[in-house]
Amino acid sequence: MNSQFPVNPSFTKESLKKQFRLSEFLAEKIISSVAFLSIAIIFLIFIFVFKESLPLFSFGSDAKAKTEIQGTAKPESYGGTTTEELKPESYGSEPVSNADLKPETYGSDPVSTEDLKPETYGDVKAETPETTATETPEAVSENNEGADKTWSTFFTTEWVPVSENPRFGLIGLLIGTLKVTVIAMLIAGPLAILAALYTSCFASKRAKEIIKPIIEMLAAFPSVVIGFFALMVLATFFQSIFGYESRLNAFIGGVAMALAAIPIIYTISEDALSAVPKTFTEASLALGASKWQTAFFVTLPAATPGIFAALLLGVGRVFGETMIALMATGNAALLSSNPFESVRTFAATIGSEMAETVFGETHYSVLFFIGSLLFIFSFALNAVAEFYVKGKLIKKFQGK
Amino acid sequence: MKDIKIHVNDLSLYYGEKKALKEISMQIPANKVTALIGPSGCGKSTFLRCINRMNDLIPSVRITGEMLVEGIDIYDKNVDVVNIRKKIGMVFQKSNPFPKSIYENIAYGPKINGLKDKTQLDEIVEVSLRQAAIWDEVKDRLGDSALGLSGGQQQRLCIARTLAVSPDIILMDEPASALDPISTSKIEELVHQLKEQYTIIIVTHNMQQAARTSDHTAFFYMGELIEMGKTNTIFTKPLQKQTEDYITGRFG
Repeated sequence: MNSQFPVNPSFTKESLKKQFRLSEFLAEKIISSVAFLSIAIIFLIFIFVFKESLPLFSFGSDAKAKTEIQGTAKPESYGGTTTEELKPESYGSEPVSNADLKPETYGSDPVSTEDLKPETYGDVKAETPETTATETPEAVSENNEGADKTWSTFFTTEWVPVSENPRFGLIGLLIGTLKVTVIAMLIAGPLAILAALYTSCFASKRAKEIIKPIIEMLAAFPSVVIGFFALMVLATFFQSIFGYESRLNAFIGGVAMALAAIPIIYTISEDALSAVPKTFTEASLALGASKWQTAFFVTLPAATPGIFAALLLGVGRVFGETMIALMATGNAALLSSNPFESVRTFAATIGSEMAETVFGETHYSVLFFIGSLLFIFSFALNAVAEFYVKGKLIKKFQGK
Repeated sequence: MKDIKIHVNDLSLYYGEKKALKEISMQIPANKVTALIGPSGCGKSTFLRCINRMNDLIPSVRITGEMLVEGIDIYDKNVDVVNIRKKIGMVFQKSNPFPKSIYENIAYGPKINGLKDKTQLDEIVEVSLRQAAIWDEVKDRLGDSALGLSGGQQQRLCIARTLAVSPDIILMDEPASALDPISTSKIEELVHQLKEQYTIIIVTHNMQQAARTSDHTAFFYMGELIEMGKTNTIFTKPLQKQTEDYITGRFG
C-alpha cells in the first residue's frame, strides 16, 4: 500500500514550489466580483437617477427652454401657451375672472368647489380659453432661464408642480419628510430598544424564542398592508383620541412607519445586546447590581455602537418609505410645526407624481432630483454617523 | 479561638442530574486567606461561586445544604441576592473591566448603590485604586478607557472595583492565572495586604501561589472536599494520600 504513494519529500525546492490552485482562485474572484458588483449597482442607480435630473443644472441654456416649450405644447397641458397673468401675485392689479384663479386665491373670492382641486383646474381653464397669443413670446423668453428659475423656486415653500407657473418648493417637502421621520423614530426607537433589552436581558429562553420571531415577522409585512392598516384603523382611532382636524397627517404616518422600522431596529439591537460579553454582566452582578441596573448601565452602553447602527437603519427605512407615506400622511405639502397637519414626503412625492409627469419636462427632472437628494441624504447621514457621532458615542459611554 | 466567617454544612450542588459538589462541609476563618486547590473540574470554582450565589444565573443549578455567612443562611428564601453580592465581592479569572473609563469602572458600584456626591465618589475612587496598588499608574488618565490597560493593571482595576463597594468577603477565581510573573507577584502582595480588612477566598491552580499567599488551604477532588487545614500543615504533612499526591505533582 505504502509503496503506491510517493514518500513525502522533505524540504526540497520541488516540494515547496508555489502551486496554482484553480478552484480557490476562481472562488475568490467570483466572491470579490459579487461584492464589487453590488457597489457598482448602487453607483449606477445613483448615476441614472442623477442623470435624469441633469437638465436642472443647465443654467440658462437653450436646451432647457426647448424642453419647457415642448412640455407646454403637449395636449395634456390645457393652458397651452402659458399665461403670466395667472400668477397669484398679479391678480390683485387686474380684474380676472373666477375661472382663471388658482386654488391659492380662493380665499379672497367665492369660487366653485371644482376650482379648488389642483387636479382639475386645468379643465376649468380649458372651458374659458382667454389666453392671448401675444403673450407667448414673453413666456418663452422667461423659460430661457428655466433652470435658474426652477432652482430659485426650490427654496420656496410651495409645491405646485403642475401649473403655468410651476413652483418646486422643496422646503415644504423636506420639513414634511423630517417631521414624519422624527415622529416615527421617537416612537420606534425607544420601543424597539426596550423590547430588545427585555428579550436579551430579562426574558426566559422560552419567551425569547416566541417574542423574537414574532417581532421579526413584522418586517415581512408589506408596507402597503401597514399603510392600509394606518389608513383605515389607526387614523380613525387616533382622531377619536386626539380630535385633530385632518384625519391623515404626519403623526399617523409616523406611527405607521414606526411599525415598519421597529422590527429592523429591534433585530439589530437585540443582536448587539446579546453579543455583549457575559463577563460584563457577571462583573456587574457580582458588585451587587440588580438585573435592571446591569441591563441599563452595563449592557446597554456596551452595545451602543450596534444600537446606533440599528437606529440608523431605521432612519433610512423611514426616510425612504413610500407606500406608507402615500397612504397615511395626507400628502399636502403644508409648512407647519404641528405634527397633526398633513405632510408630503419626498418619497411619496416621487411615488405619486412620477406616473403623471411628461418625460423630459422640468417636473420630471425635479422628481429625479428629489430621488438623488434622498440618496445623498442617506449617504451623508451614514457618513456623519460612521465618522463622527459613533466615535463620540463610544467615547462617551466607554471612555476614550 | 479564631472567629469563623463562613460555615458550610452539607452543601451539594447539581447541574441538572449531575452532582458537582458532594456534601461539602467546611469553616472559613475571618480576616484570613483561604486557598482552594485541586485539579481542573474538581468543583472549586463552582464552590466559590456558591458563596455569593453567582450560580443562580445558571438555570439548571440546584443547591442543597447550608451556607451560613455570619450565621445567616444566604440560600434562605428571605435573603436578597443583590444585598449578598454587595457584601461578598468577586474577582474573576479573566479580568473583565467594563468598557467604560477607569473612573467609571470604580465609581459604578457606589453609583448603583445610590451615591451621587461627586467629591465622595472621587474619594472612593482614589482610596480603592490606592488599596489595589494601581493609583500611581492610572491617576493621570482616569478618563481613559479601562480596556487600554495591560492585563495585570486590568486585574488590579477589577480588584479596586470590588473594593469600592466595601465588601466583607472577597472571592478570587484564579485572579493571576493569565498574568505574567511580575503582575502575579503584585496581586499576591495585594492579597496579603487586603487580608487585614477582608476575608479572602482564592481559587488557584498554582501550588506555590497557594503556599505563598494563604493561611488555610482546602483541597478539592471530584466534587469532594478531601482535606482542609492550615496551609503549612497541608503542604508539609497532609493527612490524606490524595492531597499529598496532588501537591507533589503525582497527578492533576
